[in-house]
Amino acid sequence: MPRVSQTVFAPWDDPTEKPLIRFQNVTKRFGTFVAIDDLTLDIYEREFFALLGPSGCGKTTMMRMLAGFETISEGKIELAGQDIGHVPPNERAVNMMFQSYALFPHLSVWDNIAFGLKRDRKSKAEIDARVDEMLKLVRLEKFARRKPHQISGGQRQRVALARSLAKAPKLLLLDEPLGALDKKLRQDTQFELMDIQETTGTTFVIVTHDQEEAMTVASRVAVMDEGRIMQVATPAAIYEHPNSVYVADFIGDVNIISGQTNASGTDTYRLSWAEGQQPVTATSDITFSEGQKAHLAIRPEKIRISTDQPVDADNKVQGKVLDIAYLGNLSTYHVELPGGQVIKAQTANTRRIARRDITWEDPVWISWNATAGVMLAE
Amino acid sequence: MKRMSWFNVTSLTLGFAFLYLPMLVLIFYSFNASKLVTVWAGFSVRWYGELLQNEAFLDAAWVTLKVAVISSSIATVLGTMAAYVLVRGGRFMGRTLFSGMIYAPLVMPEVITGLSLLLLFIGIGLDRGVLTIVLAHTTFSMCYVSVVVSSRLVSFDRSLEEAALDLGSTPWEAFRLVTLPIIAPAVISGWLLAFTLSLDDLVIASFTAGPAATTLPIKIFSAVRLGVSPEINALSTIMILIVTIGVVTASLVTKQGVIRAQKEAQAAERAPV
Repeated sequence: MPRVSQTVFAPWDDPTEKPLIRFQNVTKRFGTFVAIDDLTLDIYEREFFALLGPSGCGKTTMMRMLAGFETISEGKIELAGQDIGHVPPNERAVNMMFQSYALFPHLSVWDNIAFGLKRDRKSKAEIDARVDEMLKLVRLEKFARRKPHQISGGQRQRVALARSLAKAPKLLLLDEPLGALDKKLRQDTQFELMDIQETTGTTFVIVTHDQEEAMTVASRVAVMDEGRIMQVATPAAIYEHPNSVYVADFIGDVNIISGQTNASGTDTYRLSWAEGQQPVTATSDITFSEGQKAHLAIRPEKIRISTDQPVDADNKVQGKVLDIAYLGNLSTYHVELPGGQVIKAQTANTRRIARRDITWEDPVWISWNATAGVMLAE
Repeated sequence: MKRMSWFNVTSLTLGFAFLYLPMLVLIFYSFNASKLVTVWAGFSVRWYGELLQNEAFLDAAWVTLKVAVISSSIATVLGTMAAYVLVRGGRFMGRTLFSGMIYAPLVMPEVITGLSLLLLFIGIGLDRGVLTIVLAHTTFSMCYVSVVVSSRLVSFDRSLEEAALDLGSTPWEAFRLVTLPIIAPAVISGWLLAFTLSLDDLVIASFTAGPAATTLPIKIFSAVRLGVSPEINALSTIMILIVTIGVVTASLVTKQGVIRAQKEAQAAERAPV
């Protein structure tokens, strides 16, 4: 989702901009296991940066290195130009919101939020003012005297957020911050997080395995796999211009058609994907050599489905409906092509009373334009 | 509640009788007016009064109390430290050996512990007295404290300590302000356990006590060899009372901790509102 602001927020495109965090060839090993593999990454001030990946991909390790709970095996991490490799966690201008929230059970909500401020030996008036400000920010003024076990999960989540923001850190780390909330509350909280991030102007780095969450909140997303970053880009770019089959497959739903390429005009290729079938036409920003193996990744919502043969489509294939998934707002059709491959096509159910003219076993046409998909190398 | 079957009632009665009848007899006869222990001659608190006149017993009681308080306090500090290292230290060299060595005194025959301590004290030329009993009691009660505390630490959410560090605490502050208050019930019940263990120890104390300082159990034991006097019954009754208070308090404190932990777990599981 694009962020609305006066000017487009894209410091990563500005070569004069100095990054807040620099990972430079960072490697982290646990024994012989390589958790982070020669990773280089810049994160800019005021960004809402999401580290996305399956469990065990190293995203939590990256976050724990930023917080200071893990040492770096090789390379270095800079925060605002300073190497933080040997700075202990309590001396870093970085705060973390823990997945379990880690609220101190023996302290009240107020004392939990004041905990970090007291460690800085701030005056009492200053602490009072700041805690009240934080309670207001997360709308928990009424619960200041309660203990963590006397409030709900959603409220605990907000206390944890307020506590980690109280010291006004340069960088806030959020480890699966919404993982323990149910779906409805999670969606509300996502927007709340974005609001708070914009109000405070703090740089947020969020770790999540939920791609929808990453897409919603983040200014940029890094998709990780096995200790490496596969792609770093805005949510829209990740979705529409994935740079690998892994990224295309990890984010959202995708159809992959594999075959051999033949050039056909500038930036346009014909992909032979099955014997006895017309090759499909697709445009590409990257060049492919003659006969090179390639994958065409197309999102289901970019494929049209019809009973009659379409006239104005660049690509059309006939198949038969195998399955229909009705999701309320959308319907997904699984269409089996003559070669046996199954392609998913999605339509929006814009009418309440629709003519259900396509049903199981029906012969149908699926079609898409040459620009609908992304061509990816092996 | 369902009525208990006759079998359950019988076994319960027998079990309790087996455990507590001897003590009840002792308590009963401590209120006996007669000087002959086994002949009942009416109710009296005479022996309690005489006990207060007996300097030797009072001295021994005072030594016992002093030893129990000091040794259990030292044992609590050392035992908590040991538990912390064992649970939090990760895999350091000699960890298995260290944990084995901490728990060994639990199964070591007291006679051997006492004898080896005696040999050590003679070896280093330490005169036997209050100090040697304190050292001996610290040695064996420390491992009980460490067992109690480490069982609490195992279930302790480590991210709480990390959160404290993250918010700017030094490691010591994190321990003092977050870890210690949360594990306090376990530490307190560890202290009470060490206190009661020290209070009624006879074997180790008799090896390490000297003519200058004798503990109450030793005094009672040697007095009984000359014949049971009603005074000893009175004294034993008081000791039973103190130990009972200690054990009950320890279990209450632990139970409270468990209840609180359960409450937190339930609250955490509850669906968010």
